[in-house]
Amino acid sequence: MTLLNHYFSVFLQGFGYTLLASLIALVGSLILGTLFAIMQVTTSKVARTIGNIYVQVFRNIPLLIITLFFYLAVAKVIKMTGFTAGTIALMLYTSAFIAESVRAGILSIDPGQMEGARANGLTFWQAMRVIVLPQAFRVAIPSLGNQFINLVKNSSILAFVGGLDLMYQGNLVAASSFDTFTTYIIIAIFYLVITLPLSYYVQYLETQLKKKA
Amino acid sequence: MEKIRKRRFGIIASLILVLVLVLGVLWASQTVKNNQTHQDTLARVEKKGQITWGVKADTKLFGLMNTKTGQPAGFEIDLAKAMTAQIAKQTGKKLTANFVPVTSASRIQLLKNTNIDGLISTMTITPERAKIVDFTNVYFNAGQSLLVQKDSNIQSIKDMNDPKYTVLVVVGTTAAQETKKYAPKAKVIALQDYASAMQALKSGQGQALSTDNAILYGLATENPDYHLVGGVFTKAPYGMAFDHNQKPMTKQANQALATLQADGTYNRLIEKWFKNVPGLDWHDLEVGK
Repeated sequence: MTLLNHYFSVFLQGFGYTLLASLIALVGSLILGTLFAIMQVTTSKVARTIGNIYVQVFRNIPLLIITLFFYLAVAKVIKMTGFTAGTIALMLYTSAFIAESVRAGILSIDPGQMEGARANGLTFWQAMRVIVLPQAFRVAIPSLGNQFINLVKNSSILAFVGGLDLMYQGNLVAASSFDTFTTYIIIAIFYLVITLPLSYYVQYLETQLKKKA
Repeated sequence: MEKIRKRRFGIIASLILVLVLVLGVLWASQTVKNNQTHQDTLARVEKKGQITWGVKADTKLFGLMNTKTGQPAGFEIDLAKAMTAQIAKQTGKKLTANFVPVTSASRIQLLKNTNIDGLISTMTITPERAKIVDFTNVYFNAGQSLLVQKDSNIQSIKDMNDPKYTVLVVVGTTAAQETKKYAPKAKVIALQDYASAMQALKSGQGQALSTDNAILYGLATENPDYHLVGGVFTKAPYGMAFDHNQKPMTKQANQALATLQADGTYNRLIEKWFKNVPGLDWHDLEVGK
């Protein structure tokens, strides 16, 4: 408890950075993921190939390597801090998983829906946006929820590149207070403060959508 | 009936689960308590016949993992081997040295958990640390310094006292805490180990890497585009560390260290590791001269 009192502002700062990184990566990866999911289901072979390569590359490389790549290699060309590098890596990495979830959602929708919408004069994008995607997301919500929870936890990767996040501050506190055990329990609780509500919100969304359907 | 049976099963299963958890926690806390209180380090190492030393695996000159042999090598490794042999001679028991790589951030916890018996890992003796571990006498005198690119205009820590500069340090080192005192306006970013801190310096994530000069010399020998500037601005005496209140072990270690320094073994190891370091006069590091 004295540990929490003594280092509260440090923990809080870390909590803020973790929350910020998670929010940016969440929104970014949702947009990117959806985009690449759509690319993978279009009729254009080029778009499908690009989408597929993107997903395979970012899904199959460890997050730490992507992060270090941005922090050590890309930063030589474009100046960026550890926080930026980590958040970008987190966004790209998660977007590959989200693309797969959304793609599965789109594929679960009867192709007749798309055909019907197109026959009624909607363009591909209009049909996607109004008819297919809303239904696809309903199917994808449980697995999207999983990805978002993973994203928050994976944000601890920022600690390895001086990203000032919760894990980073936790390491510093553990090193200066010598009380490793208590410190990590405290930061675990801080992570739960983000992930538990998120996890309940996803459950709530699921039941709401079931009621509607 | 079916429903009642199912419910009963559920209740019993959860009761057993809770019981197992409670017993598990009790057992674990008891073990931790036993480990912390009753064990005498000297008695333990004599019983095991080996001393497990926590050493650095990422620090050239002191302890660096040799990727070919899978064994760490460096001044501290050699000193630990000599210490182990000397303690074995003193106690009359057979002892071998065993090495476990540690990081600055995790080493004290590993010592407390008795995963390792002693630490010889470029660890500065500080009053805060001395409250929770037992230090031996000083075996190496270092001091904090700065490593910068050769064409950098930074000449000392004073030049870095500006928000536009970032000083890179390593989590758990004294430099991580001291740098702010000497350059309060500069940003300080802590990385996990020296290898990643050096990479970050090369990538321009900071303008200087700060830690003990002895470690920086090791980094400078591998990276000729970088050099030390500004001399030392803190005193950082290294000591070996044992768990708190391990007087018999600390006494044996101090005696062994004094013997090694008196019979010339220590100076031979200094010569072996620091003779060819550019910018460093290894004779300054010898004892008794």
